[in-house]
Amino acid sequence: MSQSGAQLGGKQSASTAFVVFDHVQKSYDGVSLVVKDLNLAIGKGEFLTMLGPSGSGKTTCLMMLAGFETATHGEITLDGRPINQVPPHKRGIGMVFQNYALFPHMTVGENLSFPLEVRGMARDQREAKVKRALDMVQMGAFLNRRPAQLSGGQQQRIALARALVFDPALVLMDEPLGALDKQLREHMQFEIKHLHESLGITVVYVTHDQGEALTMSDRVAVFNDGRIQQLATPQDLYERPDNSFVAQFIGENNRLAGVIEDISGGRCLVRLATGEVIDATPVNVTTIGAKTVVSIRPERVEFKPEMMPEGTHTIEAEVLEFIYMGDLFRTRLRVAGSDDFVIKARNAQGQRVLVPGEKIKVGWHPQDARALDP
Amino acid sequence: MIPATPELLKTADGRPLREALVAAQARSKRKAFLLVLPLLVFVLLTFLIPIGYMLKRSVEHDGFSKSSPTLTAWFHANPEFDHMNPPEGAFAALVTDLAQMQADKNTGMAGTRINYTVPGSISLFKKGAREAGDMQPPFKEAMLKLDPAWGDPALWYGMESAASKWTTDFYQVAADRKLTATGWERGDDKQRIYLYLFFKTFLVSGIITLICMVLAFPVAHLLAVLPMSKSSLLMILVLLPFWTSLLVRTTAWIALLQEQGIVNDALVALGVVSNENRLSMMYNMTGTIVAMTHVLLPFMILPLYSVMRVIPPSYARAARSLGATSWTTFRRIYLPQTLPGIAAGSLLVFILAVGYYITPALVGGAEGQLISNLISFHMNKSNWSLAAALAAMLLAAILLLYWIYDRLVGIDRLKLG
Repeated sequence: MSQSGAQLGGKQSASTAFVVFDHVQKSYDGVSLVVKDLNLAIGKGEFLTMLGPSGSGKTTCLMMLAGFETATHGEITLDGRPINQVPPHKRGIGMVFQNYALFPHMTVGENLSFPLEVRGMARDQREAKVKRALDMVQMGAFLNRRPAQLSGGQQQRIALARALVFDPALVLMDEPLGALDKQLREHMQFEIKHLHESLGITVVYVTHDQGEALTMSDRVAVFNDGRIQQLATPQDLYERPDNSFVAQFIGENNRLAGVIEDISGGRCLVRLATGEVIDATPVNVTTIGAKTVVSIRPERVEFKPEMMPEGTHTIEAEVLEFIYMGDLFRTRLRVAGSDDFVIKARNAQGQRVLVPGEKIKVGWHPQDARALDP
Repeated sequence: MIPATPELLKTADGRPLREALVAAQARSKRKAFLLVLPLLVFVLLTFLIPIGYMLKRSVEHDGFSKSSPTLTAWFHANPEFDHMNPPEGAFAALVTDLAQMQADKNTGMAGTRINYTVPGSISLFKKGAREAGDMQPPFKEAMLKLDPAWGDPALWYGMESAASKWTTDFYQVAADRKLTATGWERGDDKQRIYLYLFFKTFLVSGIITLICMVLAFPVAHLLAVLPMSKSSLLMILVLLPFWTSLLVRTTAWIALLQEQGIVNDALVALGVVSNENRLSMMYNMTGTIVAMTHVLLPFMILPLYSVMRVIPPSYARAARSLGATSWTTFRRIYLPQTLPGIAAGSLLVFILAVGYYITPALVGGAEGQLISNLISFHMNKSNWSLAAALAAMLLAAILLLYWIYDRLVGIDRLKLG
């Protein structure tokens, strides 16, 4: 991947960006690197999500930005100012923690007042600000409660209000919704998104939940093995993954391994191990004879003959299992010797229901099948 | 089915709900009770009964009342007699009882009982009992001739009080007070040692608790934040004292701190103190405080550690990200959250220190003795009642402290682990 030049020069250039990671490396033990040469520019007012599996280095990056970890090499700048040597309490960055970290011995009001107190703000001014921040998250009635008396969702709102009450320009969120149930989590995603839009703050959000990343972000940086694998908008990330890690990590994905037989005009033919030939779009394969993995989203696979795109190859499939999921039908097929080829169809009026044992043909638009690194 | 009264719910077959609930839980409750029964019996036999017996001993002593029935009867018949000048009848009864004591060979016990309130009574009684058999009336003259001390009003107050086996004498002695005809009075200056010793014991315990707190806090913090492998090693070092005999540890302090000990030798060798002015750090209060602090330190570290271990580091991080300096973070965020541990450790160390016996006995010398050493002294002298009275007062003082503590901090905020 060529993340350094392309990403810095992409949506944000290093000179106008609000937060810049410049060739940042981090090692804890002096033997291995947790973060390997990170280059990232975040624009003012942007909602950027660091997404990745645990141990991918995303939280370490957030902690370096917050000031709780120091970069082993490279420089981090905030609003043009290098902050490597600035202690956390002087960075003025709001932060929402995974377990909220609300001070248990203080009331909600005292929790919110704390950042204002340490800044030496006068009492009446503090009270006004605390009230405004609580109203912002619709928690005005809970001023005198203790955190332990609040539900998880309420604590989450208080944590959010506390990170915003001193008007930071940058707010970091470290898996803030991880402890909430699904419904509340989805609701909070929208609230955080709306707060971000109405306040115009810059948000750096860390999560391992891809749904959350796609829903909320302006751009998503997918981390793996200490590197950014792809930095793109949610739509690009889902529809045009750069490599097989991203394709695999974001959303559900069918993988067919094979060898490039022909490349021309932005299309390629791939011969699978079982002998069939399929159409695909070459992404990071260039040479005939190279090994590749073709990645196709389950909802982009066609199985009705009348819908099959013109002039493309189809491939034999056997229906193994049909799962009713409410809004979707999920069908597992055997395709080219692989038992876990999945297709998804909308539960629409007149949708065809596949029966296990049935033999069908599947195909797809070549632009939906991406030939990636093996 | 609609219940007859809305507040009295019934089960499907018409039984009152409360009754059905009790019946349903009866079996498991019985089982639970049987499970704790052995412990209950154990606590009763080894704890409650001895303490009750000790409390009884502190107000009961029949050493005099048992062997002086005649005088006891006379006291009952003449409740208003003149203590300054007791009549002939009183002396007659006294002589009768003394003669009987000589025959029964229990003069010593009776004299000892009176001796608690009137020093010198043992020899007086022994001398009186030896002569009582041959004594002729008038007994008053004979007795006063034998020893004028028999006319001492204090002696007659003492004997009148001791004629009943129930007494508050021992509490009076333990509180350095005397109950006389005019009310409570302070005891003789020479004998007023107990209240001072109580005060000293509490003061020293307070000092030890404070030192333990200051020493334990960083250690407990280190234990809580170090990676597992290192904190286990440190924990072993903290627990090591528990695996060593108390005597060995205390003796080690003697070897270290005595005048010819390692610390003094080192100081002399370094020229910090001259050979003639070696520091005396043993067999005095310094020795007691140093050795007891060492012995009690783990009792402060462990509750503190158990509280600190569960304080997530994200609180400190949150405070820092909100703009607090590290000192403010410690003072406003970390310290308040360790309070339950500080409270538990302090209470534990203080209560243990107040009742500590072996260490002050070994290293305290004359100056470093605490109240429990005096209790032990009286027990060795078979003065069980005074020892019991002192112990009961100590218990009452600790219960009082516990109550104050509960009102101030709240027992439910204690965390021992």
